[in-house]
Amino acid sequence: MAKQNSSDAFVEFERVQKSYDGETLVVKDLNLKMPKGEFLTMLGPSGSGKTTCLMMLAGFETATHGEIRLDGVSINNIPPHKRGIGMVFQNYALFPHMTVAENLSFPLEVRRMGKSQREEKVKRALDMVQMGEFGGRRPAQLSGGQQQRIALARALVFEAELVLMDEPLGALDKQLREHMQFEIKRIADNLGITVVYVTHDQTEALTMSDRVAVFDDGRIQQLAPPDTLYEEPENSFVAQFIGENNTLEGVIQKINGDICEVRLDSGDIIDAKPVNVTKAGERTKVSIRPERVEFNSERLQPGAHTLRAEVLEFIYMGDIFRTRLRVAGNEDFIVKTRNAPDQVRLEPGSQIEIGWLPQDCRALDA
Amino acid sequence: MTDTTDTGPVLAADGTPLKKSLSRALRMQKLRALMLIAPLLIFVLVTFIMPIADMLFRSVENQIVQETLPETVTALASWDPATGETPGEPVYAALARDLKVAVAAKTHTRLGSRLNYEKTGISSLFRKTGRKVKKWDLTKDAPFKEKFIKIDKDWGDVGVWKTLKVYSPKFTNGYFLNAIDMQKGLDGAKARPENQQIYIKLFKRTLFMSLVITGTCILLGYPVAWILANLPMRTANLLMILVLLPFWTSLLVRTSAWKVMLQQQGVINDVLVWLGLVSDSGRLVMINNQTGTIIAMTHILLPFMILPLYSVMQTIPPSYVRAAKSLGATNWTAFWRVYFPQSVPGIGAGSILVFILSIGYYITPEIVGGTTGTFISNRIAYHISSSLNWGLAAALGSILLAVVLILYWAYDHIVGIDNVKLGG
Ligand SMILES: Nc1ncnc2c1ncn2[C@@H]1O[C@H](COP(=O)(O)OP(=O)(O)OP(=O)(O)O)[C@@H](O)[C@H]1O
Ligand SMILES: [Mg+2]
Repeated sequence: MAKQNSSDAFVEFERVQKSYDGETLVVKDLNLKMPKGEFLTMLGPSGSGKTTCLMMLAGFETATHGEIRLDGVSINNIPPHKRGIGMVFQNYALFPHMTVAENLSFPLEVRRMGKSQREEKVKRALDMVQMGEFGGRRPAQLSGGQQQRIALARALVFEAELVLMDEPLGALDKQLREHMQFEIKRIADNLGITVVYVTHDQTEALTMSDRVAVFDDGRIQQLAPPDTLYEEPENSFVAQFIGENNTLEGVIQKINGDICEVRLDSGDIIDAKPVNVTKAGERTKVSIRPERVEFNSERLQPGAHTLRAEVLEFIYMGDIFRTRLRVAGNEDFIVKTRNAPDQVRLEPGSQIEIGWLPQDCRALDA
Repeated sequence: MTDTTDTGPVLAADGTPLKKSLSRALRMQKLRALMLIAPLLIFVLVTFIMPIADMLFRSVENQIVQETLPETVTALASWDPATGETPGEPVYAALARDLKVAVAAKTHTRLGSRLNYEKTGISSLFRKTGRKVKKWDLTKDAPFKEKFIKIDKDWGDVGVWKTLKVYSPKFTNGYFLNAIDMQKGLDGAKARPENQQIYIKLFKRTLFMSLVITGTCILLGYPVAWILANLPMRTANLLMILVLLPFWTSLLVRTSAWKVMLQQQGVINDVLVWLGLVSDSGRLVMINNQTGTIIAMTHILLPFMILPLYSVMQTIPPSYVRAAKSLGATNWTAFWRVYFPQSVPGIGAGSILVFILSIGYYITPEIVGGTTGTFISNRIAYHISSSLNWGLAAALGSILLAVVLILYWAYDHIVGIDNVKLGG
């Protein structure tokens, strides 16, 4: 991701706040810059203000404070229909009284485009989503996935450069969802459009996006590419929210540059990478990904701190094994191992030693 | 286990055909359900279906002539009115015999009033004749022709006999012909003279004014329903009470209130004069005419438009209009192309309600309608309670019913009855 400055940001939120009732801020100090062509996903728990942000960008809600810019121009006072932003709604919002083709030609009609040109564009948009022969149907006669495609085609048919999608795949089953994720990504890349995508499915966010903005409590908790987000969460909310995560609580003993020593509540000492802790004596939550936990002592670095663990449960999941351990008082410590021929299957009840590389273990805010 | 590959009927476990045992199993259930709805069914039958059936029957029924004057009717069959001569002695003799019986049973006056609807004067003719015939001796006093004509020269009038002959069958379309301003004669039906034609005009006026009332209800109700549907639930419920408030006051009170408001010395005229919009001598006439009826009935029927509109609009998700705007539609285009078409079922339901209610409305036009603002229903009421011509009232009612059904059918064909929604 290239570094941006305000001049080449295509979409820009600057110190945006939003309150519906004048008492609580639903969006608190939102700052965001997106370059052209980026696929950005807003991910966060329910009620964290994702839809609100999208609606402010689309023009259906006004920002209580701050400025929203599109291509360098402030759009705070531009009505929605003049913003030229394509939008895919969660329930698709296909007009039930119009056929698929009429739905698609609606944005072209209001732009006073000629009939032949309209028909050509509608046809091209339908072909793009592989729905060429469905132009004469009504939305009610389409399956959920097909409606989804039409909604996408409708948002794209008038060549919007920015397309907003609010949980567009929320109503689809898992398989169709995965297929559509791929499809949307492909089309977005082909057309080079900028996409702001809202979801609370993290897999979806990780697989599709160039960058993910994790929302909580009306703020962006972290804005980063998927791999950074997963591997280097900046605070314990993001670590918890993205992927599976083991948490151990303790107090910082000392910080030594890239490594710090944490005394867990159980008394054990471990090494960790200080992320957003600053000084000794601070409480911290240490986060370790289940697949980074090692119990084969041969593979551990010499001198690494280890912890004693008791195996509570072994679950066979096909491609991976999932083992639940009791570690330092935490009974929900998960270890994931690949199902390989030489992989050991841990017996419930057995005692083992576990460890990890210090850089995989992140000391975050408590 | 039964063999399902068998081509014969599927059998239940005990060997009886599955269909039979299923229907036996369901019979008890159906019977119980039927018993539960039986009181309502009987109620509807007695209070709704039967009156309509009775009305339809009365609109063509005409047994009274044959029952009261059986011999005369038979004798009249051979009389040819085309000759222009009164019937011969046998007919008069039969009439004398019939009347003798009728007078004893006192049914001749009823027949008189019945025939009086068709030809004025017959009622008094029968009463007068009845008094005389009572004293006659049927065997000695023959021949009767002269005697009848001596009682009243109307008995020598071919017109009276024509009326008798025309209305002698048990069933007649005479009421219906009257109801559409025609007159039944021996040589078919012909239009009444211009100055006696009232019903067609009244039907037309009723339809026209009902349409106008429906239209004004749509115009006034649509924005109100829209606001209600788009306000937060709490506020909407509060305002809804205002919409329903009129239901809590008597119809009569509301209509009379309009009389106070609209009369020439009324509140509205006073305000207009005070504002200088009309001069004191030129006060507007807004009551006892069509304007009064339209204003008062629009007010009374408005809730019937707002309620279905509101409940349909509530089911239209706001995301449709948002989607339209995000696609580049202005507020107006988004409303007209996206919102409005989806609210049409509500307009349909409201219009049908308002139109059918107003087409048969009675009290309000009666009070504020004057002579030019009354409906056909006022005429029906008049025939039922004042002129006692129930047959004509029934015929007018039947026509009204038919008009409503035809309009309903037309609506179904043009808009589609599936397009009527009273709610989500
Ligand atoms: N029109 C509104 N009026 C008042 N409060 C609102 C309105 N819309 C949203 N809110 C509140 O704002 C907060 C954020 O809502 P928003 O819809 O943006 O959440 P979200 O992140 O999209 O959640 P979800 O994942 O469930 O869609 C919520 O607490 C919600 O109750
Ligand atoms: Mg949302």
